Amino acid sequence: MSEVLPTTRQVEIDSHSINFGPQHPAAHGVLRLILELDGEIVERADPHIGLLHRGTEKLIEYKTYMQAVPYFDRLDYVSPMCEEHAFALAVEKLLGIQAPERAQWIRVLFAEITRVLNHLLNLTTYALDVGAITPALWGFEEREKLMEFHEAASGARLHANYFRPGGVSKDLPAGLTDKIAAWSETFPKFLEDLEQLLTGNRIWRQRTVDIGVFSAEQALAWGFSGPPLRASGVPWDLRRSQPYDKYAEVDFQVPVGRNGDCFDRYLVRLAETRESVKIIKQCLAKMKPGPIKVQDRKFTPPTRGEMKRSMEALIHHFKLYTEGYHVPEGTTYTAVESPKGEFGVYLVSDGTNKPYRCKIRSTGFAFLQAVDVMAKRHMLADVCAIIGSLDVVFGEIDR
Amino acid sequence: MAEETPPAEAAPPPPPTPEERFASDVATLPGVTATRWQHGELTVHADRDAIVPLCTALRDDRRFAFEQLMDLCGVDWPERAERFDVVYNLLSVSLNQRIRVVVTTDETKPVPSVMDVWPAATWWEREAWDLFGIIFSGQPDLRRILTDYGFEGHPLRKDFPLTGYVELRYDEDRKAVVYEPVKLTQDFRSFDFLSPWEALTTLPGDEKVFTERAKS
Repeated sequence: MSEVLPTTRQVEIDSHSINFGPQHPAAHGVLRLILELDGEIVERADPHIGLLHRGTEKLIEYKTYMQAVPYFDRLDYVSPMCEEHAFALAVEKLLGIQAPERAQWIRVLFAEITRVLNHLLNLTTYALDVGAITPALWGFEEREKLMEFHEAASGARLHANYFRPGGVSKDLPAGLTDKIAAWSETFPKFLEDLEQLLTGNRIWRQRTVDIGVFSAEQALAWGFSGPPLRASGVPWDLRRSQPYDKYAEVDFQVPVGRNGDCFDRYLVRLAETRESVKIIKQCLAKMKPGPIKVQDRKFTPPTRGEMKRSMEALIHHFKLYTEGYHVPEGTTYTAVESPKGEFGVYLVSDGTNKPYRCKIRSTGFAFLQAVDVMAKRHMLADVCAIIGSLDVVFGEIDR
Repeated sequence: MAEETPPAEAAPPPPPTPEERFASDVATLPGVTATRWQHGELTVHADRDAIVPLCTALRDDRRFAFEQLMDLCGVDWPERAERFDVVYNLLSVSLNQRIRVVVTTDETKPVPSVMDVWPAATWWEREAWDLFGIIFSGQPDLRRILTDYGFEGHPLRKDFPLTGYVELRYDEDRKAVVYEPVKLTQDFRSFDFLSPWEALTTLPGDEKVFTERAKS
């Protein structure tokens, strides 16, 4: 009798696989993760993606360049303006135009507001995933304030459609910069509170320190970028090393982690949020009145007032919103440092008014692929912490 | 939390600019057929069969040090004999440079997988297979990735219609999700923006201007 018992126990802890998602709240959207478990230990993680695939790249091939911009909001819907930024820069490169000074400052300003917006969502929902509810309740209040800035500038809280090839769609309304300045004074206090809640918190540390460790070599080999790459100790930030728009003229630091674990990824994002506030303040100080889009009417529409008086302006407006502009033949891979990491647009133009091919290099795609390596031999509950720390959003992964 | 900038590209002697030198260095690698600078980006065309040694050289050679594969994608040119471009966008974090490697293939000729050079390639190769039907040899995990389970066709090919072939709905009677041939209530519209006025750049009798401009 006693000899039989061990064999039955062996069957009990035999490996089995479970379905994590696609409707799991910690899956950050529609991730279906097939986990092969040995007891409660993850042996293999196989992410199934594509549940939110909308064929964005195919749709863009059938739209004019200006019509393609709103699709970028819907990729990473947590940081819409940064995605538009990549597309705007790519088209500008092919057209050989450059946005005027003020437009570049506005774009940097809003790219950083978007970064804070994104990091607030990630840090707080990440904390929620591992069981801390308070940060999410606090963070979403702050996010609401930032979305009001989005709304004031673009008219929409989330899907901004604000950046355009050649500048931004319209100038900031009067008084907005004062509101942003006032916010940037009070916001660091909130970050301190948030940090106090989490950084020293024993449970938070138990759940994140030494979880999902990724070395610098691994991070490079798996195509990492952004905070997860920096958390692994690689000092790499496109805003610093390949600056675009006005990033070369602002002073900020690039936080770099050491251990490459979930806790470092949290710390890097937190420090980055502080730097973003610094950049926002500099943008407000350095911004001067001026045009907010290229003054060449072949690329950007005239004002309403002009259209009422000038026949030529009316024709330009009509042509831009029906045919759009023709982009000279060429290819470019243009990347920006989106809050999540390197967000790139590989744009092929064949000289017509529609992109021939627009490949979107989404950041989370590379991160999610590495979950298998990261989560190996971790407990099931750690998978939530790892996914949270990678900051994945399925709008951009599935495209 | 230190502030650090990666070192800039090592400065070569003035006569060849760093770009030219970089391009000529790359041109000596095995399998490279052409190099081209455009918009400050270097594009390298290469032989399909030499892609793995080429990528290994680009990664390991200290002049290039492309530690990262940032992106891999297909581009479809149906009128060409080998209709697909496979585009590798590489990034060197240590030397702060980028390069783009392009190889061509068609529906049947496999491209050697670079998953042993950069493990990150797997998912992008799966994506290129899914969306274009490009085959990667040596890739054990060539499953579909973005489209639905059991999807047929390769949607990013130029001959695949934008609206697709099937649509999906929940059937209340059968209590299941069903596929049906796609029904369009309005025909798909694609406008031709080639304006007849733009073609008429030379008025009859005005050809002289252009012939003289061509002479000078």
